[in-house]
Amino acid sequence: MPFVIVALLLVVTGCAGQHPQSIFAPRSDFSVELDGLFKNIFWWAVVVFLVVETLLLIAIARFRARPGAAEPKPVHGHTVLEIGWTVAPALILVFIAVPTMRTIFETAGHAPEGALRVEVIGHQWWWEYRYPTLKISASNELHVPVRTPIQIELTSADVIHSFWAPALGGKRDLIQGRTNRIAFNADSTGEYWGQCAEFCGASHANMRLRVFVQTDSQFQHWVDQQRTLPATPAKGSPAEAGQQVFRRSACIGCHTIEGVAQGKVGPDLGHVASRTTIAGALFPNTTEMLHRWIMNAPSLKPGALMPPQNLSPQDLDAIVAYLQSLK
Amino acid sequence: MKSWLTTTDHKRIGLLYFWTAFGFFLIGGLEALIIRAQLIKPDGGLGVSAETFNQLFTMHGTTMVFLALMPLSAAFFNFIIPLQIGARDVAFPRLNAFSYWVFLLGGLFLNASFIAGPLFGADRLSVAPDAGWFGYANLTSRQFSPGPNVDFWLLGLQILGIASLAAGFNFIVTILNMRAPGMRMLRLPLFTWMTLITQFLVITAFPVITVALVLLMFDRFFGTHFFVPQGGGDPILWQHLFWMFGHPEVYILILPAMGVISEVLPTFSRKPLFGYTVVVYSGVVIAFLGWSVWSHHMFASGLGPIADSVFAGTTMLIAIPTGVKIFNWIGTLWGGQIRFTAAMLFALGFIAMFIIGGLSGVSHASAASDLQQTDTYYVVAHIHYVLFGGTILGLFAGMYYWWPKMTGRMLSEGLGKLHFWLTIIGMNLAFFPMHFSGLLGMPRRIYTYSGELGVTRFNEVSTIGAFIVGIATLVFFWNLLRTRWQAVTAPSNPWGGSTLEWAIPSPPPVYNFTMIPTVASRMPLWQTERHAPMAALPERPPAPIHVPGGSWWPMFTAFGLPVMAIGALSHLIPVVLLGAAVVIVGIYRWAFEPFEV
Amino acid sequence: MAYDTGTHAAAVAHGHATSMGLDNRKMAFWAFIGSECLLFGSLISTYLVYKGRSLTGPFPHEILNIPFTSFSTFDLLMSSLAMVLALAAVQRGDMKQGKIWLFVTAALGLVFLGGQFWEFSHFVREGLGLTTNLFGSTFYVLTGTHGAHVTVGVIWLLTLWVQALRGKLGPANAMTVEITGLYWHFVDVVWIVIFTVVYLIQ
Repeated sequence: MPFVIVALLLVVTGCAGQHPQSIFAPRSDFSVELDGLFKNIFWWAVVVFLVVETLLLIAIARFRARPGAAEPKPVHGHTVLEIGWTVAPALILVFIAVPTMRTIFETAGHAPEGALRVEVIGHQWWWEYRYPTLKISASNELHVPVRTPIQIELTSADVIHSFWAPALGGKRDLIQGRTNRIAFNADSTGEYWGQCAEFCGASHANMRLRVFVQTDSQFQHWVDQQRTLPATPAKGSPAEAGQQVFRRSACIGCHTIEGVAQGKVGPDLGHVASRTTIAGALFPNTTEMLHRWIMNAPSLKPGALMPPQNLSPQDLDAIVAYLQSLK
Repeated sequence: MKSWLTTTDHKRIGLLYFWTAFGFFLIGGLEALIIRAQLIKPDGGLGVSAETFNQLFTMHGTTMVFLALMPLSAAFFNFIIPLQIGARDVAFPRLNAFSYWVFLLGGLFLNASFIAGPLFGADRLSVAPDAGWFGYANLTSRQFSPGPNVDFWLLGLQILGIASLAAGFNFIVTILNMRAPGMRMLRLPLFTWMTLITQFLVITAFPVITVALVLLMFDRFFGTHFFVPQGGGDPILWQHLFWMFGHPEVYILILPAMGVISEVLPTFSRKPLFGYTVVVYSGVVIAFLGWSVWSHHMFASGLGPIADSVFAGTTMLIAIPTGVKIFNWIGTLWGGQIRFTAAMLFALGFIAMFIIGGLSGVSHASAASDLQQTDTYYVVAHIHYVLFGGTILGLFAGMYYWWPKMTGRMLSEGLGKLHFWLTIIGMNLAFFPMHFSGLLGMPRRIYTYSGELGVTRFNEVSTIGAFIVGIATLVFFWNLLRTRWQAVTAPSNPWGGSTLEWAIPSPPPVYNFTMIPTVASRMPLWQTERHAPMAALPERPPAPIHVPGGSWWPMFTAFGLPVMAIGALSHLIPVVLLGAAVVIVGIYRWAFEPFEV
Repeated sequence: MAYDTGTHAAAVAHGHATSMGLDNRKMAFWAFIGSECLLFGSLISTYLVYKGRSLTGPFPHEILNIPFTSFSTFDLLMSSLAMVLALAAVQRGDMKQGKIWLFVTAALGLVFLGGQFWEFSHFVREGLGLTTNLFGSTFYVLTGTHGAHVTVGVIWLLTLWVQALRGKLGPANAMTVEITGLYWHFVDVVWIVIFTVVYLIQ
């Protein structure tokens, strides 16, 4: 039955296109380890499945009641068989347990000396990234260099979250008062998707993330960009008007833009225009989405702490222009 | 009416359990269908709000575990166990009634949260629990869940825990102490054995969650910091306490169903159960190991490689006794004369489906591999193959098997087979694609997902499958209902079963056995090598049989508990005291009531 | 609802012995005690897990009064002795002694509860409330749960005592007294564990 369904599903889905969050495209040492382990278990499972289901089907087909047949022999058991089917699964489990233990220790999350450290702090419902050695921070979109050991240190500012970018490795929880670790070394550049995997309240579904694995020079460029002071808008530009609106509205209570505001509740917006997404990697960073997000965030992301803003159309345009100037 | 409210007859209580639990099963299923409908489309789905969705999946899990599967098993414990061991009733008939009323009131209390919003000044009708059936701290703290939702959950589960514990003590004593002469432990029917093991798990697991819930209650009502990191508390302690209960709970759900099919398979193969003692002991081993694996629910929480390895190892060990059971079931079929009744089809379906859930379970046991799978739809697939493909199919097998005994009326075999095939097709369409959606990156407990994940097709198929299961369940419901208009015609042993419940009329008279039988073999009604079938019992009791009358006090006492919970919920101390007074008065009246057993 | 209340009814109802030769209620009580072990085990584990993790004082060594609690412990041990004497008296039908020892058991239980009340109120005056720190929370919930068990036991014992005064308790009810005793000894043993874990091993 399940095989028919697998076949059906494959037909139905056909070439269903890209799967940016699949575990089947491992792109780091961590995820490659897990992938190998999963495949090992999967093939054992297929073998066991075929053997047991075949036995079941044979029994069903062969021993259906026939009219006039003699009463079945009342067999009560068979000691050798019992020993056999106790030992056989035990042996198979050894072939699963040994690589499991090995992989557990290899993926315990401790990167080698000199790895790039990133602190990941979970918030309802967005991610804060701090690079303590580079003295920069970012949110929702994580940038890391390719073929470099990365040490991720996970903690939470509120409830439990779980950091998961399947192409780069397994998930681990972010827990207030504790630090968990993930270590990986990405083997190819690219944009990888992920999202929170531990139920964390109203907008758990909307707590997404992206990881950009970049070449050293691309990464260095990004770091340099994040290190510069946020752009100061030119005199008389729409962005400058936007900065004025930003200063006098509720924005400064929650957001940081170095030199302008010091809020700590929401993400740092100092380089918000350098991101491809907003609102927890939920929406593309476009003029239209910025408008809608600022006007009424909770309607787009249930439970979002940013209240709807009562701004005139001109003020809204100005703020968006300002934000878009913060490269 | 009065006789049902005051009944202490295990058979009537069994029927009350059945219909109540079946009602909750339909409610839980409806919740699942709304969940599936919402997920048929990505990026917002059909417009179910995040808050509603979170309430639905929380209540779906809580309802299915505590209000449907456990009490459906309890319906059979009540009706069948005394019959299988040759007893006139359970050891404590009034305690048994108490369990039922507490269960009913606890279930109503939990579900009342769907319409209690206005009472708490909420701007929505429903304030149902919304932090998951596992209620992980510190999301459940007052800071992050300020409403009454989590209060409903933690108070409701405490009430339900009392019902389970009371039933646990009752059935342990019943099975150990009320057996007919000659019914040695290794002559007990398998269903009775698995029930006994289950009850030991209940009385050891439920105190642990009671403590967890009490600590959470102190956090939320009195401002302690057991699970609040700002005060030094540790949310991980909640996970340990919850899963120390939660994993044995999984076996509490599956062992009775394993017991059911261990009855159904021999009957319809016309062969004794293969490896009886091995099946019994593997059940015991599963229960023991079930106590040493709880942290496999927490592989992503950072326990460290040593703890991860230990719990991965113990979890894998459980696969061995489980595999042994499956092989023995197949051994039972082997060489038999298999009759494909609806009950048998469901028992065979159990084996076929449970294997799939068991094998995906092995991939979870591998702690490292689990880092990719946990909290995704792959786990949702796993639990549904085990709890739907396992427990529910097993319970359906039991319903077809024992319905004639319980009501004296036969279910339609034709509708039963339709029910079976719709269920099997529906559940595989619903749950198999979830393996893929999970591994392709879809986390569980999300009210919406991105269309760009490439999992939309899988979700569409899952939703269609879920609705087929829904239709199948309606077919079954109709099959049950239509028997109400039939005449009582079922023979005492319609299937040719081997155990004592088939030695008495269907439905059994109030005193069950005209004469307590003396048992000489495991299959008293069958011809075996050494034993002739038991002689038929006399049609009329040789001496008058005293049957205890009913009692109001179990129900009266049970009413005190939701009153206390309502008082706590609304912070009205006098109401709490009133509830406590009801409980105390009830216990005293109960204790001093003349009641002969 | 009786099927037939003939003259033989009572004889048949009481006629059958149990499979294990153990009274049903007593067996249920042993199962209950097993269950209670897990309850107290979980609470004691919670206490141990949070030991030394309080963020602010008062800390255990600043506040626990071992000599006083040793007296309470001795009091509870003596109540177990009184319970044994009460059961022995009821079993041999000496209801005069039975009444005395049932009352003494309950009274010693009340003394223990009084001591706990004094201890709690003293701690609160010293600044240790339920929510002060993890020590306070775990201490009050653990010892409070035990105190609630003692309270139930005292009420139970007093109920038996009143029954005895009214002449409604005799050797025929020895099993009821025995089960009460089981409960009481269990609560006593739990206290020994709590006393050791909380007070002696700091």
